[in-house]
Amino acid sequence: MSAASLQSVAAAGGLATTCPYCGVGCGVRVDTRKLTVSGDVQHPANGGRLCVKGSALGETLGLDGRLLRPQRRVAESGPERWQALAWDDALSEIATRFARTIARHGPESVAFYVSGQLLTEDYYVANKLMKGYLGSANIDTNSRLCMSSAVAGHKRAFGEDLVPGCYEDFELADLVVLVGSNTAWCHPVLYQRIVAEKERRPELRVVVVDPRRTPTCDIADLHLPLAPGSDVPLFNGLLAWLATHGAADRDFIAAHTRDADAALAAAAETAGDLDALAVSCGLQRDRLETFFNLFAATDKVVTLFSQGVNQSGQGTDKVNAIINCHLYTGRIGKPGMGPFSMTGQPNAMGGREVGGLSNTLAAHLELGDPRQRALVQRFWNSPTVAETPGPKAVDLFEAVHDGRIKALWIMATNPVVSLPDADRVREALRRCDFVVVSDVVASTDTAQLAHLLLPALSWGEKDGTVTNSERVISRQRAFRAAPGEARPDWWALAEVGRRLGHEQAFDYAGPQQIFDEHARLSAFENGGERVFNLAGLAGMSDSEYDALAPIRWPVPAPGIGSERLFGDGRFPTEDGRAMFVPVTPVAPAHPLSEQFPFILNTGRIRDQWHTMTRTGVAPTLGAHLPEPYVDLHAADVLACGLREGGLARVTSRWGTLVARVRCSGEMRRGQVFVPIHWNDQFASDARVGALVNPVVDPVSGEPEFKHTPVRVDEFRAEWQGVLYARGEVDLQPFAWWAKVQAPDVQRYEFSGRGKLDDRSAWARSVLRLGVSAGDWIEYRDDASGIYHAAHFRDGRLQACLYVAPPDLLPARGWLAELFGRARLTERDRVGLLAGAPLGPVQDSGPLVCSCFRVGRNTIVQAIRERDLKSPKDVTACLRAGGNCGSCLPEIRGLLAECALVEAAP
Amino acid sequence: MNTPVTWRPICALDEIVPDTGVAALLDGRQIAVFRMRADDRVYAIANRDPFSGANVLARGLVGDLQGERVVASPIYKQHFSLATGRCLEDPERNIDAYPARVSDGMVWVDAQPLRTYLPGARPRLDKARLVVVGNGMAGMRVVEELLDAAPDLYQIEVFGAETHGNYNRILLSPVLAGEKRSADIMLHPPAWYAERGIVFHAGDPAVAINRTRRIVRSKSGLETGYDRLLLATGSNPVVLPLPGRELAGVTTFRDLDDVDAMIAASAQRGQAVVIGGGLLGLEAAHGLARRGMQVTVVHLMDRLMERQLDAPAAALLKQKLESRGMTVHLNAQTEAILGEDRVSGIRLKDGTIIDASLVVMAVGIRPNVELAQACGLRCDRGVLVDDTMQTFDPRIYAVGECVQHRGRTYGLVDPLWGQAHVCATQLAERGHTRYRGSLLATQLKVAGIEVFSAGEFDASDGSDDLVMHDAQRGIYKRLVIRDNRVLGAVLYGDARDGAWYFELISEKRDIGAIRNRLLFGREFALRN
Repeated sequence: MSAASLQSVAAAGGLATTCPYCGVGCGVRVDTRKLTVSGDVQHPANGGRLCVKGSALGETLGLDGRLLRPQRRVAESGPERWQALAWDDALSEIATRFARTIARHGPESVAFYVSGQLLTEDYYVANKLMKGYLGSANIDTNSRLCMSSAVAGHKRAFGEDLVPGCYEDFELADLVVLVGSNTAWCHPVLYQRIVAEKERRPELRVVVVDPRRTPTCDIADLHLPLAPGSDVPLFNGLLAWLATHGAADRDFIAAHTRDADAALAAAAETAGDLDALAVSCGLQRDRLETFFNLFAATDKVVTLFSQGVNQSGQGTDKVNAIINCHLYTGRIGKPGMGPFSMTGQPNAMGGREVGGLSNTLAAHLELGDPRQRALVQRFWNSPTVAETPGPKAVDLFEAVHDGRIKALWIMATNPVVSLPDADRVREALRRCDFVVVSDVVASTDTAQLAHLLLPALSWGEKDGTVTNSERVISRQRAFRAAPGEARPDWWALAEVGRRLGHEQAFDYAGPQQIFDEHARLSAFENGGERVFNLAGLAGMSDSEYDALAPIRWPVPAPGIGSERLFGDGRFPTEDGRAMFVPVTPVAPAHPLSEQFPFILNTGRIRDQWHTMTRTGVAPTLGAHLPEPYVDLHAADVLACGLREGGLARVTSRWGTLVARVRCSGEMRRGQVFVPIHWNDQFASDARVGALVNPVVDPVSGEPEFKHTPVRVDEFRAEWQGVLYARGEVDLQPFAWWAKVQAPDVQRYEFSGRGKLDDRSAWARSVLRLGVSAGDWIEYRDDASGIYHAAHFRDGRLQACLYVAPPDLLPARGWLAELFGRARLTERDRVGLLAGAPLGPVQDSGPLVCSCFRVGRNTIVQAIRERDLKSPKDVTACLRAGGNCGSCLPEIRGLLAECALVEAAP
Repeated sequence: MNTPVTWRPICALDEIVPDTGVAALLDGRQIAVFRMRADDRVYAIANRDPFSGANVLARGLVGDLQGERVVASPIYKQHFSLATGRCLEDPERNIDAYPARVSDGMVWVDAQPLRTYLPGARPRLDKARLVVVGNGMAGMRVVEELLDAAPDLYQIEVFGAETHGNYNRILLSPVLAGEKRSADIMLHPPAWYAERGIVFHAGDPAVAINRTRRIVRSKSGLETGYDRLLLATGSNPVVLPLPGRELAGVTTFRDLDDVDAMIAASAQRGQAVVIGGGLLGLEAAHGLARRGMQVTVVHLMDRLMERQLDAPAAALLKQKLESRGMTVHLNAQTEAILGEDRVSGIRLKDGTIIDASLVVMAVGIRPNVELAQACGLRCDRGVLVDDTMQTFDPRIYAVGECVQHRGRTYGLVDPLWGQAHVCATQLAERGHTRYRGSLLATQLKVAGIEVFSAGEFDASDGSDDLVMHDAQRGIYKRLVIRDNRVLGAVLYGDARDGAWYFELISEKRDIGAIRNRLLFGREFALRN
């Protein structure tokens, strides 16, 4: 980026870029000097709002743990395991190994596994290299895990992977149906837009369809806690109801759709009887009726669906069941109505657009269509183009496991954590001849199995574009120099391409050239049959590209973006009609059994992102839910012999994990929830992927993350505790541990078994201190199993360790705060040993508002003492909830709790 | 029978809840009638509390004080004997008691008050004679308390071995260290005795007791008869039977004369050896070091102050003393004291020779029972006394370091106060208190380091330890707990909460609720 343009984008309150987290794709302004971030008021997605993750981006810019030069593995384990090597050697090695593998075993023996974290430009080059030059379609992406069912559903219904609406529709709607989406936590800014609109216009109805009573239900007029996997019956039931209650848009159906009757017949047959439907969905009949009536009676309906729909053995059918209802009522392509797929990742959409999935080609062109294949080959002028779709993510790693794929390049993703049956994925990588991993951090569960590690650019260093869930293309701009030898992914890919003899095809000077090629391909021989068209973005100069303002595609001409699609009733199918897809319910592949009596559901939490490689280093984000947990109904906790706050082992046929038992009150009986984020870098045993059944949707190949039969047992530990350390810690003595980042110090929660004879020596060895630890203080009550110790250097607290029954462990916030002080007083020292400050203190309680660091106790106290009645009062009083608003559901919960207590006699 | 019938029925026995009282009107007077659960006996006394003037005694708590059934006034808590109406706290305020009995399930009370002998503070014509043998802290404390309680009861005579008046022996260490002068530690100068009409024989110790004739004979040949005799002969320092123990420059650390000798010896500076690393030895060592001597402590045991400190605390103390230039030999047995006519050093069993111009033996004390034994009183290690501090001879009491009570002898000052108080009340004929033994606490500063210890802290089964250690600040604390009671405490470097722990130990308070905060001080532990 030129200095001039950098100044121009920086003029309006900081450099404009895009948040790298969820699919909302918010605009961010960065103060490049102070490295603070704020919401971009001019960005259409967020209009200045930011969630807590986005707000904490500044905390993730440190270089601790970054991978800064290419590394080669030289030993299986130990500190000397990795050896740095030059980029040139690394790239040549990749080119040689890939070429040799292809020569010996054919193009199907190599693969790329990429990510929705990549920028569109990186993605484009990866796809081009694999499909056009290595000659196979063995490239799939972690987007397969989050929205491929939506892609497949869109293609079946519309003929192309198109999200018809935009975020504004949520504000124009009279009914918002949120299906399988904890929008409040996973897409907080979009949720805040809905909240704001509902406050402005209370008649806006919100229905949440989710087995869990998530924080999103906070604004719901109606929550349907349907049985897991019963979305198809529910929406078939809705379709049948719409038919029998005169809600059909007959003209629209007749003029613009096909196969309505077949879909209706399937719906009536499988879900026509309301009583039976109520049973199969696990819902009360009157709730169903309320929902159906509401849907039937409201014209402006947006149905948002997300992972709860997509991540299923029948995800594609679920998508179509939803779309069917919108087609049947003609509620599509008009303001305030339509089905809306919410993607999980920042650039899942960009990946779809360049063909990052193994069954698509590029620019929404199809691999299976010879004419389109030829078109792409002509455009690329490539030696070949893959003819058959490659394996989808789960199958791809299966192919690695059984040796069909022998060389694999993984970029910006962590499949050993995120894929189902993740232990098998780990084993597959162990077996693989050659594994290259490009990442920004040196240590991930996947990187540990690599033969070569390539240092990639992180947010703030990368330069390119991303597309969000409403088809808006935004620039991610670099505002920091690349650290060490980190390089863009597109550059590494292009360099390998050039070393394989394709100098011309991969002769890119920068991301602008790649984007230009991508835009030209979308317009190439596009007579209008492909909606995806960036003709208006082709031919930009470097400075125009640098200054590119967010724009929604299709972009038929320069400066002309689009709004909703299908407003004219025309769909990109052969006959221009949308398709109803008849769907029938399919039972989950793995039913519950006596041995595995619970349904495991997985998902995100509010303050973490994916496998925590970035959010895990931000202290602000570690405070809300610091440890891996398993959420259960309180009665199930009792039934399983567990204790809230204790540890539990969750076991499925495929794997096992250990997590803290939580009773959030969100779960129904028989279901458990485990967040997806934790992995071996942050906890001893918390990869939920290891448990998830490797069942995939037959159409989309998207895994079933929301329904795995599991068992939950107590994880017995004889002692537990917490330790804070600035330096390295020996985790071997612990049966279980979880790491939490605090400012300047790491916190470890731990549990263990076995007798500790000399706790003093044990604690010193855990903290990797010698026998003479210097300034070391300790407190022992062996009979009660209590041991406290702290270590200082030059009067500054270096580490402290507590072993005690859970209710006697010290307040974490207070401890973390002591690490921030330059010197501690004598009273502090005694307090450290006592595990509590000596003076009178305020324990602000568990963190509720991450943005302003306001704890639960503080809020409750303010509510009581100042007689606060609404979240607005709380915000006015304590600022809590005043930034990203993602804690507002919790604040509302606390208000309700306090009101209940007051009302009690 | 001319005797008028004065018995009145009060109520049915069942109407009185056992171990409580009821108020009744008896011929126009309010009385309180109590029913005891143990034997279903009833008692009647006046209902009026003489201290407050309120008719409330019927509502008082009944109980047992040293075998006497009493009711405590609900107002100011004075105790009144149910049987006699005697006020335990103040004989001037005795109240009427009435005969009471149960017949056919009815409680009857005689309207005629009991006529009982109530010992009051009536002056006697002939004062009884009390002879005190020993002018130490214990004996004089008894005299002080006795004069407070019954100033005119006795004619008192005191025999003392030392020529001084009574002084505070605990403060000998500061005198040695030069922090105090001997005049500063005098408790009772000769004038004090004269003012109170006490005959004081200074420097004239008692040498014989004739119990049959009740006569004490002094060294000077003086014979004094007694009605009550108080033995407070204290203890003697142990002198090890080592060759050379009689040499000049070898001393014990027991009295002002010893201190004077040590101060004189230290004038030449030079080297000193203190045999004994107990409390007294270390104080001597500290004092001599302060006076500029090069001090070596020779201790038989494997740690210093083994009675008061556990191993870690003792190690910290040793480290600290050494850092201040003292030399400490542990597990060291002295074999001989060397020198021609003046001491020149000592030889240890392992052959080590330590030069010294002064040798202080501080290896313990032995109760001084010579006199008691000679007159046929039962003695073991000390003079045997019961809980009233009475010896085998009911006219003879004994207190202080010379006694053995419930099998124990004491070498610290604190138990003396309790013994003296009990003994004084007995002598004052208000004998309702008992001495039940003392729990020992040591709080001192050794070489400027605060040390506190109390109770038991030698590892025994079934007890738990709370330990904290801050080497940098030189602080070590340990509490021994059993069944949620504090059994013992060792505090080193910071003894601020010693008194509180001592309270917890002696009162056997349940600390279950504050166990996890206990070691961090009273303020923190009792905070809400």
